[in-house]
Amino acid sequence: MPEIMNPPSSSRIKVRPATEREGRKDYISIRDYGFWYGQKKALDAISLDIPERQVVAFIGPSGCGKSTLLRNLNRMNDLVDDVRHEGDITISGRSIYDAGLEVISLRRRVGMVFQKSNPFPKSVFENVVYALRVVGVRDRAVLEEACETSLRKAALWDEVKDRLDDSALGLSGGQMQRLCIARAIANRPEILLMDEPCSALDPIATGKIEELIHELKDQFTIVIVTHSMQQAARVSDRTAFFYLGKQIEYDTTEKIFMNPSQAQTEAYISGRFG
Amino acid sequence: MDKSSDSSTPRGEGWVWFTGLGLIIGLGMVIGLLSLVVMNGVTVFWAPKVPVALVDDGRTIIGQLAQRRIRAGSPADHPRYELQYQVGLRELNGNSYLWVDEAKIKSESFPADVLGLERVENGPAFVRPLSLRKSDGKLIAITDSAFEPAFQAEVAAASAVREKLVEITRHRIGDVNEEMDKARVALRRAEDLKLAAEIADRRRQIAGLEVRFASLQAEAKKVVEGGAVASLVSKDAAGREVVVPLTQVIRAWFPNRLDTWGRVQLFFSRLGEFIFDEPREANTEGGLMPAIFGTLVMTVFMSLMVTPFGVITAIYLREYAQNGPVLRIVRISVNNLAGVPSIVFGVFGLGFFVYVLGGSIDQLFFADQLKYNNNTPVFGTGGLLWCSLTLALMTLPVVIVATEEALAAVPRGMREASLATGASKWQTIRDILLPASAPGILTGVILAMARGAGEVAPLMLVGVVKLAPTLPFDGSAPFLHMDRKFMHLGFHVYDLGFQSPDSDAARPMVFATTLLLIVLVVCLNIGAIWIRNRLRARFKGASF
Repeated sequence: MPEIMNPPSSSRIKVRPATEREGRKDYISIRDYGFWYGQKKALDAISLDIPERQVVAFIGPSGCGKSTLLRNLNRMNDLVDDVRHEGDITISGRSIYDAGLEVISLRRRVGMVFQKSNPFPKSVFENVVYALRVVGVRDRAVLEEACETSLRKAALWDEVKDRLDDSALGLSGGQMQRLCIARAIANRPEILLMDEPCSALDPIATGKIEELIHELKDQFTIVIVTHSMQQAARVSDRTAFFYLGKQIEYDTTEKIFMNPSQAQTEAYISGRFG
Repeated sequence: MDKSSDSSTPRGEGWVWFTGLGLIIGLGMVIGLLSLVVMNGVTVFWAPKVPVALVDDGRTIIGQLAQRRIRAGSPADHPRYELQYQVGLRELNGNSYLWVDEAKIKSESFPADVLGLERVENGPAFVRPLSLRKSDGKLIAITDSAFEPAFQAEVAAASAVREKLVEITRHRIGDVNEEMDKARVALRRAEDLKLAAEIADRRRQIAGLEVRFASLQAEAKKVVEGGAVASLVSKDAAGREVVVPLTQVIRAWFPNRLDTWGRVQLFFSRLGEFIFDEPREANTEGGLMPAIFGTLVMTVFMSLMVTPFGVITAIYLREYAQNGPVLRIVRISVNNLAGVPSIVFGVFGLGFFVYVLGGSIDQLFFADQLKYNNNTPVFGTGGLLWCSLTLALMTLPVVIVATEEALAAVPRGMREASLATGASKWQTIRDILLPASAPGILTGVILAMARGAGEVAPLMLVGVVKLAPTLPFDGSAPFLHMDRKFMHLGFHVYDLGFQSPDSDAARPMVFATTLLLIVLVVCLNIGAIWIRNRLRARFKGASF
């Protein structure tokens, strides 16, 4: 369980240099990774390292493969028929395709938040502790503590603490998305994948979730897919730009946004295409 | 703007009227069917006035008007009608019903002394009472003001005696007979195996049972002799003297004297008998309790069997099976199963469930019974279990298809969310998919119940009978007797309509029974819909 490395600071600078933070540099390592949906190649020769306890943003125009790559990190794409891959992805040095590693235990270590908030039609409480229930935790005290901790981390506790037993479907859109984050972190994964978590939210809810990402990166390695370049700039330490299934550039967010080395990257972030 | 020149008016709006027309035709048929059944079914229990009619051939008729129809061969512009009277007294008249040409009726009057009797045997009777011979031998004439209270008291006393008799003959003697049968089988077995001790035991038991049997018979005889022997002396339409022992009388009323409240009371009394009593007189009289109970129990068991089977199959087909030609063939087969005529399922049920499964169960668990009881099968013959299973098989496709659709309709996001938190596939199905698709699954079960409850043809092959001596549920262990044959409302309608010896008497019962069947199916459906709506309310506000 990763400990809190840096206490959350009150003043946030717009872009943080990656070097400030410690942790393993190649915590998630993607090597020559290619991926096909049937005959269609969605990813081509992706190679990048994601350091521990940092926020990495994937940006790029629609259909560039950023979501596909994200969904491969916890093997969610296994659910799709007729897919195959080449190359390898390792987490802490171990391949996620290792025959000895069950996909279930991988997903317990790699939490995910989806573009559309998708709470279960259960109570708020049951939503948050679902991940604990599936591993067989029955102790009410443990569940309640985990529920409170997760909701606090997701900055939702104060809003829902009096209606934990109400249906989660009665929450507002922003609350639902934060509930999904609470659910994803309840079993304390090491990595949190976020697939355009703010695309359906208003600016205030978006602001809350971005703040949350800042809080959470002390404990989790976060990979976020976003369409908003401002968001990528605000929340991430490193940014990868993809185009047509290819990795165009991957560097510190500062470098990507201030001084990109590729012409395509510059064109995209300056809004000339995409 | 000039409306007539507005070319943007949508064309083809006239088709809306066609869809409306379709709806109206459908609704009309449903309403027509229901009102026909309700009208004919409800009026069975209503007691109208009973006329005394003089016919110009000199006959007098006392009877309740049953039908009025155009005489065959009468001219279309001047139709002539004929009337059917229910005159009762089958033992004297040969037939309870009588057709008379309406034009030949000279006069009709409604004298207050006409008495209607419902009797244990020989159907109803309409008579004009003369006097009451009380159980102490005294005669009270109709003109005496003490007649009516004495008559009502004697009828009540007689029906108490009758009930006591039924209790003794049917229940207590029945129990002794059942025990006797078991003891005899055990004795035969003991004799065959030469178990001296048990032979002696069983013989003693049988001797004891015979003593009990004799004493019960004596008791019954005493009840008959010691009880009310009152009888009613009356005269029928032709002036013949009719003596009716009051133990024969189930219900007596003066149809021309009753006020509306009395008629309503009589209506509910008859309705109550119809619902809560057992049938009499080849099912044309009495109640339908065993058939209602049988239908209900059979439908519930069918649902209990078809739901898990169907849901499990659908989960496998939808969640686990590999997509491909095999799966497609299985799906097509399941859908085609829904189109197989129900009688085919009956034949299958008889051939497989009754003979193969039931036969094997008998061989395995009831071998002694077969060997020492003249090869009388227990499960190797039609029964409640096999009926439920046959109908479960028949309605299986409905549940499978509904469950598959419901599972497919669960938003992908919910499934992914569950899997992404590290839940296994089975946990996702159990905790997320099944609860979310429960309303859809219940819709399938409702459809299955509606189809199963009204099905008759296959049941005739696998265990429904026109008169079952015992209910499938009673006080003797194991309480629920899945091997017993039972009565069913749908089959009852068929039996009354086509197999009854007295079709005139059966006709009103056909409608009443049909009405009851419809009410029962509607009640079952309302119950299931209520459960489904409660489940649905839990998922309300789902914004997927």
